[in-house]
Amino acid sequence: MRYKCRGMSTLAFVLRRLVAAIPTLVLVIALSFLLTRLAPGGPFDEEQALPPEIRANLEAAYGLDDPPLVQFGRYLRGLLHGDFGPSFKFRDFTVSELIADGLPVSLMLGAGAMLLSLALGIPAGVLAALSRRHFADRLVMAFAVAGISIPVFVVAPLLTLVFGLWLRWLPVAGWVPGRPSDIVLPVVALALPVIAFIARLTRASLLEVLRAPWVRAARARGLPERSVILRHALPAALLPVVSYAGPAAAAVLAGSLVVETYFGLPGMGRHLVQGALNRDYTLVMGMVIVYAALMIAFNLLADLTYAALDPRIRRERWL
Amino acid sequence: MNRSLGREALETLRRDRVAMACLLVLGILALAAVAGPALLDYREDEIDWAHMAAAPFAAHGHWLGTDRLGRDLLVRTLHGLRVSLAISFAATLVSLVIGVAWGALAGFRRGRTDAWMMRLVDVLYSLPQVFFVIILTVVFGRSPLTILVAIGAFGWLTMARIVRGQALALREREFIDAAIVGGAGTARIVMRHVVPNLLGPVIVYATLTLPQVILVESFLSFLGIGIQEPLASLGNLVADGATELETAPWMLAVPAGCLMLVVFCCNFLGDSLRDALDPRDR
Repeated sequence: MRYKCRGMSTLAFVLRRLVAAIPTLVLVIALSFLLTRLAPGGPFDEEQALPPEIRANLEAAYGLDDPPLVQFGRYLRGLLHGDFGPSFKFRDFTVSELIADGLPVSLMLGAGAMLLSLALGIPAGVLAALSRRHFADRLVMAFAVAGISIPVFVVAPLLTLVFGLWLRWLPVAGWVPGRPSDIVLPVVALALPVIAFIARLTRASLLEVLRAPWVRAARARGLPERSVILRHALPAALLPVVSYAGPAAAAVLAGSLVVETYFGLPGMGRHLVQGALNRDYTLVMGMVIVYAALMIAFNLLADLTYAALDPRIRRERWL
Repeated sequence: MNRSLGREALETLRRDRVAMACLLVLGILALAAVAGPALLDYREDEIDWAHMAAAPFAAHGHWLGTDRLGRDLLVRTLHGLRVSLAISFAATLVSLVIGVAWGALAGFRRGRTDAWMMRLVDVLYSLPQVFFVIILTVVFGRSPLTILVAIGAFGWLTMARIVRGQALALREREFIDAAIVGGAGTARIVMRHVVPNLLGPVIVYATLTLPQVILVESFLSFLGIGIQEPLASLGNLVADGATELETAPWMLAVPAGCLMLVVFCCNFLGDSLRDALDPRDR
């Protein structure tokens, strides 16, 4: 049995998890489709009621006069070809075009925020754990508590005020392609709460791991302290951080709605918020599906990392 | 959790000065949100034409200044706090009731019932929740009730998981066997024997859920898909203040400060409660 598990390749693991993700994605699609069809009022409800003939024509043009199941089938078939249907409010655009338009910006923002939170959160947590009850620890923990209590939509205006209006170091808002300074404040605003949480998690878990008998064994073997911490304790201490990756991704994606709206970045989040305000169902559905797919992909990545860090998991989970 | 453990936990909590301070602050804020607006001189939608975007602590009678329409910021913030607290309390209560009932039943029944009930929880858990809350508010209009239901619809999942785990452990205890031998039905056992023993973790988790719900509500209102003007909520007040950063920073500072105070105090209180109720620390 054990040989079989060991023989299972990373590729097989990834494929297996991808297949397992399909039902979740189909459920997301079905639920969002169902919910948007339940809605009282449609995308063509304007202040001024449309004449019935025009309304009927519009509905026929968008295929809204077919039975719901036919519509759902058509939508699924479209999705398989990467077609998310037309946007109801941005008349000349398909949802796919709007997604293709916004996805790179959102991905850059999200990836930047995640990398920054790992790059700052883990060292800060390690520092706090190693200097337990001393100044650095107090400082990091105070920051962590603040970072967890201050929501993104307060952090963003505060950062703008300090770095944009008072110090005038960075642009307040806007997006000019090829101007990297535009993305600094959004990324930092998005990352701060995640940095705080990761620092707290790393600290707690490293403190716990440092008490483990095998860490004492490593010390007893006369290994240098640096090697005890970096090679032996830290990989195990990072496991809770990796399991937090899923919720962290959810937080970053939700936060990116705020950040994109506030800083005026042309990402998917802003399209989603606009779509929600305009009741543009196809647009909202398309965005939610893409966000769900991103979350699933990220969780998969987190699982892979988890397996890489903890050899026990490899055997148990890869079955 | 037996009675003496509960009393001991209360005692531990009472000795925790910061936690008691948080409780006091929350109490004062809640009282101010309920009674405050009636005691102050201004109504929340009253426009003071002479003092628009007036700064705080000046001689014009608006303690915390006014917004750009000349509405008293203190009154509006208290109103916003009232709306946010009301929605959050209600949504927390909804998730509490559903979560406890669901989890207790699944944990008590075990076996196939448990598997199916928790499978549903797993499936809902895997959905991108905030985005479904947005879909729900889009579909059913942006009323406080929709937001309440949308948040409550997902809030109970974690509670159900926690309660189920506890109920599974409780199920093995002798007093449950005694109750079964005594002829009590499932409903009676769950209500009288399982749920009261779950109160500790449930209270802790509810205290920690409340700030989460406040944040989600404010998040939606900030984006403009939550509570709509002229009704105030902490979220749309913050959004309002964020547009007047340079000219009227108090418009952001007052509601944002209030929001963070509530969230921080709830979080801290929840953590202290958890420590107080954790028998391992003694």
